[in-house]
Amino acid sequence: MDDKIIEIRNVYKAYGDKPVVKNISLSIRRGEFVTLLGPSGCGKTTTLRMIAGFEQPTSGAILFNGEDITALPPHKRNINTVFQKYALFPHLNVFGNIAFGLKMKTVPVGEPVTDKRGNRVQKMRHLTKQEIADKVNAALRMVDLEDYGHRAVNSLSGGQQQRVAIARALVNEPQVLLLDEPLGALDLKMRKDMQLELMQMHKQLGITFVYVTHDQEEALTMSDTIVVMKDGEIQQIGNPTKVYDEPANAFVADFIGESNILSGTMVKDCCVEISGHRFECVDKGFKYNEPIDVIVRPEDIRIVPADADNCLVEAEVLSCVFKGDHYQVTALTYGDERNEIIIHDNVEVSVGDVIGIYIKPFDFHIMHKSRLINELDGEIWEENVVYMCEGKFPCVSALPEGTKVHVKVDFDDVELTDDEEDGVIGATVISSIYKGSYWQYIVRTDTYYDFFVDNDYEWSIGDRVGIRIAPDKIIIEEGEHEEA
Amino acid sequence: MKKHRFRFSRKAFAYPYMIFLLLFVVVPLVIILINAFLDDANKFTFANFAEFFSDAGGGLTVLGNSLIIGLVTTVICLVIGYPCAYLLAKYHASSKVLVLLFILPMWVNFLIRTLSTKAIFMALDVKLGMGTVLFGMVYNYLPYMILPLHTTLVSIDHSYIEAAEDLGADRMTVFLRTVLPLSTSGIVSGVTMTFIPAISTFAISEILSSSKIFLFGDAINMHFSKTTNSFGVGSVMSLVMLVLVIVANVIVNLTSKDDEGVSAL
Repeated sequence: MDDKIIEIRNVYKAYGDKPVVKNISLSIRRGEFVTLLGPSGCGKTTTLRMIAGFEQPTSGAILFNGEDITALPPHKRNINTVFQKYALFPHLNVFGNIAFGLKMKTVPVGEPVTDKRGNRVQKMRHLTKQEIADKVNAALRMVDLEDYGHRAVNSLSGGQQQRVAIARALVNEPQVLLLDEPLGALDLKMRKDMQLELMQMHKQLGITFVYVTHDQEEALTMSDTIVVMKDGEIQQIGNPTKVYDEPANAFVADFIGESNILSGTMVKDCCVEISGHRFECVDKGFKYNEPIDVIVRPEDIRIVPADADNCLVEAEVLSCVFKGDHYQVTALTYGDERNEIIIHDNVEVSVGDVIGIYIKPFDFHIMHKSRLINELDGEIWEENVVYMCEGKFPCVSALPEGTKVHVKVDFDDVELTDDEEDGVIGATVISSIYKGSYWQYIVRTDTYYDFFVDNDYEWSIGDRVGIRIAPDKIIIEEGEHEEA
Repeated sequence: MKKHRFRFSRKAFAYPYMIFLLLFVVVPLVIILINAFLDDANKFTFANFAEFFSDAGGGLTVLGNSLIIGLVTTVICLVIGYPCAYLLAKYHASSKVLVLLFILPMWVNFLIRTLSTKAIFMALDVKLGMGTVLFGMVYNYLPYMILPLHTTLVSIDHSYIEAAEDLGADRMTVFLRTVLPLSTSGIVSGVTMTFIPAISTFAISEILSSSKIFLFGDAINMHFSKTTNSFGVGSVMSLVMLVLVIVANVIVNLTSKDDEGVSAL
């Protein structure tokens, strides 16, 4: 199974000085259906465009069948693309669009001959009109548009245009088909149908599909392999089951499917403590008392009577909504620190009921926290003021002016303000994950430093906020931070 | 009986222009039409038509010359203008100033422009003649070619170009098979905006050839001048001009309709 058709090696891409894809490496096997999945701006489309040849990586290499194609222009690559908005040529009819690529294609004629200089020369010819017509008609048949050859492309519905776009790409018999959010513009019903059709085509043709989407459900349905991306970095590569059941980190868990993400500590191997309760799990090898993220899928939580033997923790029902094949229950756990959790079960409960919760040890997914504390470098501006991220933060320090310092701030010590002006510096919310009793945000400053913030209030991704830190909460250490 | 009172509706805003149109477009056209059928003694006659179409006064020859010069001007404008517009569209972000540079000459009155061109040619000791007239025409009408082309080329979605590349087209093929056909409407309107004024122009040829080259516009102008005073033939020539403009517009309309339609080629 080591038949790699595409290999992306340490590819880095920046527009100006803004990195979009950060050193990703990925290999795609022949015949595989690979989906690049991530929120908008995660670099998935840029990655696809680099495979197609529309963008050049700033550094790194892209290999196709073992050959370096990094600098090869798109028209010399045996790869075709289905574009997001189809990009069907408006001056050509359906037939003309599908025949576009075939008219430029050349095929060898006869055996290669040796010319006067001793070089082996293969004579090539263009396809005949009849050959083109046959291929186009076969492609139209494949996408169920047999009688549409003469139609103008803008007289077709979105779904039909989509099919023409797919036929136009596939008629060239590419080794790899790239699809850039091809179903984004279709309505739900149409999308479901096209998903199945695309999967069927993939099976029949046996060519490699590289599919870009931000729709996790689409990715889970169609792919052999899912590559989850965020901020230009690959978060996880795996088959749909693995990505769903064993997300590599809190971001993947949050992005794919619904999940309860809670903070906890590993007391010892196979024992995790969350808000004062200890649970049995199957994870080993964490440092004792290491703070970790615990992820539990809503469908892995069972509702049991509060007095049952297997009840791990009691909780009070906040809401219960029927979802067709299950009830979605929100419940607040009992204890010193109360966490809100979401449960999918087929038991109906009423608001205010006290229920018991049971989770199999196997269903606790424990992962390292991506960061424990905000750490950054700054400089003492004057007494009791530290300069970092182009902002002057009041602090408690008697160090002399101009001293380079290393600053640490706890997640819950960073205050966010609605009005950017109220903070010392402004920042944009780029990620938000609910952790049962609070939100964990990542806010990006204008100097591209990401602050992790634990906060009780709700902001949306993209919101501008101000950042403020209480002077006594800024931990200042002399000397610059050594990159580990 | 109901009283019909004037009601100030939105339609009323159109009246001033309607009146203007009637007085200064429709009425003059009617006068020209009548003039064409009148002789010096204001009697009905076909003699004016006979004179023009028999080429007695050389009117037909002048028309032929005008059409040729108009055509040559248009072709030169297209050949210079297309690459220009293409480059301007390609480097769109930085091209705003450049586009302005191409429009800038249009802000100067064309008579002043043409007279200064003549002065420059005289200073450089260039012999005034066909060459200088063509230069003046191209110089004058180039912006009218570049602007519609630029507008069309800028609006071509870049994804069409990428799609063509993706399907195996090299740069030349991308241009010939996508950019060029997608810019047809721009070419058609650029050609119209250059050709029609170019055939009816006067003054440019007169000034830049020291009245040696005589175009259709000049000829009409002459017929209506006080010295010749042959309004009848002048009117016939005006009507011929009008027919030419109408024919040109019909052709343009037909081509732009074809553009919306689709071919398999």
